[in-house]
Parts: sequence; C-alpha cells; structure tokens
Amino acid sequence: MNAYVDREMRHQVTMEQTEETIEGQKIRIDKELNLKGKVCPYTFIESMLALEEMKIGEVLRVIVDYPPAVCDVPKSLKNEGYEILDVSSTNETDWAILVKNTEFK
Amino acid sequence: MKFSEEQIHRYSRQMILPGIGGKGQRKLAEAKVFIMGAGGLGSPAAIYLAAAGVGTIGLADSDHVEIHNLQRQILHRTCDIGLPKVESGRKTLESLNPEVKVEIYCERVTSTNIQRIIKGYDLVLDGSDNFPTRFLVNDACYFERKTLISGAILRYDGQLSTFKPHAGGPCYRCLCPEPPPPGLVPSCQEAGVLGAVAGIIGLFQANEALKEILGVGQSMVGRFLLFNALNLSFAEMKIQRNPECPLCGENPTIKELIDYTQSCSTQNTVPLQTSTRTLD
Repeated sequence: MNAYVDREMRHQVTMEQTEETIEGQKIRIDKELNLKGKVCPYTFIESMLALEEMKIGEVLRVIVDYPPAVCDVPKSLKNEGYEILDVSSTNETDWAILVKNTEFK
Repeated sequence: MKFSEEQIHRYSRQMILPGIGGKGQRKLAEAKVFIMGAGGLGSPAAIYLAAAGVGTIGLADSDHVEIHNLQRQILHRTCDIGLPKVESGRKTLESLNPEVKVEIYCERVTSTNIQRIIKGYDLVLDGSDNFPTRFLVNDACYFERKTLISGAILRYDGQLSTFKPHAGGPCYRCLCPEPPPPGLVPSCQEAGVLGAVAGIIGLFQANEALKEILGVGQSMVGRFLLFNALNLSFAEMKIQRNPECPLCGENPTIKELIDYTQSCSTQNTVPLQTSTRTLD
C-alpha cells in the first residue's frame, strides 16, 4: 500500500474518555490511536509522537493490525521508559496496546 | 509542529533512536546552523545536516566551483563548474531535502559582516581554508557567544574540537593565540589533501553539531581529536581554557575583530593547527 495514500486516515485520535477494565481494575483511556494498516517502525513512531503530547499519567490505547507490531511496539515503548499496561487481541485482526505516559521521561 | 506522514517516513530511522524521538526531531527542525565554507569540510557537513532535517542552514563562500574542487567538495557536480559554490550548494541541499531553508552568503566574510551574519544562528561550523578566516570565525563566535565546531584537514591528517568559551571551555586562540608565521604555513606543494579525509572530518563536525542541538552524548568541548588516515589512528587530548588567551583570557588584548592577511596560502585545504602549544 502506498503510505502516502492514507493521509486522511492517519492519527485517528479520539479524545473521548473511555474506560477499560484490566485484571479487575478500571483504567481511564485518554487517547486512542488507530494505526491499522501501518507497519513498523511507523507504528512505534506514531505511538511515541502521541505520547509525547500527552500529560504524565495519561493512558493511550494503540490499535494495530500488523502482527510484528504487537511485540515490537510494546517493547520499543518500554525501552523509551513508557509503561505497558496491557496488550490484547480485540478481534480476529486487531490488537490493542494500552500504554501509560510515565514520569520517567 | 505536527509531523506529516512524509516527515515521519523521511526521518523515521533517526526518530526511533533513543534521545531523538519527536522532541529531538523538532529541535533539529528549529535549529539554525551556519557553515563557513562550502568546500571539503562544509560539503559533507551540510549534506548530512540537511538530510537529518536541520531547519536552517547558512552557507558562506565567495568562491566559484572549479574542477579541482570536485575531488572532495561533494556539494558540487561537474555541471556546476563556474557557479558560485553557495548557489551550487543550495541546489544540492534543496534537492536532497526541500524542507531545509538554505541561506546563502556569496560575499567574502570579513570583520565588517561576520557578526551580522552569524547573529541569527545557533551553531557555527568552521570549514574555512585559511588562517585569517579561522581566527575571524573564532573571534566572532566568542563575541557573539556562539558554539563553534571546528574541523581542519591537511594531507592525511584531520583535527576536530568544539569551542564554547561562553560555557567555560577554551577557544581556538587558547590553543593557537595568533596566526602562524608565514614559514609555518604549508606551501602549495605541501598542501595536498585526500578527499576522504575531508569527508571524515566534515562528518565529525556534522555529528557534533547534531549532538549539540539534541543535547545528547559527550560534547567535544575541552577535547581535541587528532586523526590520521594512513594509520587510521585517533588520538585525543584534553584542552583547557588558557588564562593568558588574548581573546578569552583574564587580560584580553583582543577587543574587536581583526582582518588578518593571508600569507603563503593553502588555498585548497584547511589548515591544521601549527602551533606547538596544541601538543602541550
């Protein structure tokens, strides 16, 4: 796919606050980033760019459908000092990565 | 500044580096680097800084492209012979990265215009090919409190350091207080240079400029690197501020810029330090 074609689609960030329950704990989602159709390393870069604009303690949900990104994005974000709260499959093709913007930065 | 899809793709391989990310890329985009000389050192430095996304690059050189420049001055092509080097340089940089703003100065840089020129820049890279310019750039950077990334080459040797006297480090005159006497300046025949050596030192200058802009790694302030291509050897000396420096010392005698005249010239190379003080 031509990476420049989907300009309209990029950064589908919703600012609505939603909640998710992870291991019985309610977590507030501050931002969601839809990276479906994107490959590495752009999945990581776009996640990082979104986190850089968020406040400490806020949580970002990243949706990916590129299988290697399911491992690579959490690993790379963790290396940068962000906290990975959860990685889970949401349907047959998509995965959701929950990441918290931490004080470490 | 929001990154476009194209910018993310263009800079992706450096944005994923620890210490860069979006914040670092923004610092590069906002940075203004002035390069003295669009020759052997300035060419590779300018090309890599433009490729990395440094927002504004100033290029100063009053010469025109000649065929004997092409052995090492990779900003220019055979078809550019006869063009002002800064015009040719701007064309190369803009074709590599249209996002970069290239400011050109075709005039001879002297004591009357240098401070006005460098005032608007954050960093200065010296890739000049003669001692008068080298001292002029150093003194102007001192008076304007600009970080100076200095590179020099001759034959198979190269040198590198970063001068930041406004932050406590030495200046070029701390090592070499005055231009060398004519007998110590290499004659034309002695002034050959291997193009790859210019490339290596110019890229070290670009590397140090990127580090200074990003605030990563160990700066070359207070360090003086000596490179020899034949042995592929590196040596590093610690250098300190000289309290007797005529420019930044305790009792400075130089209060304004000086236009030295070129003695026996090294027209096509960049002079190395010739003072024995550097080896103290």
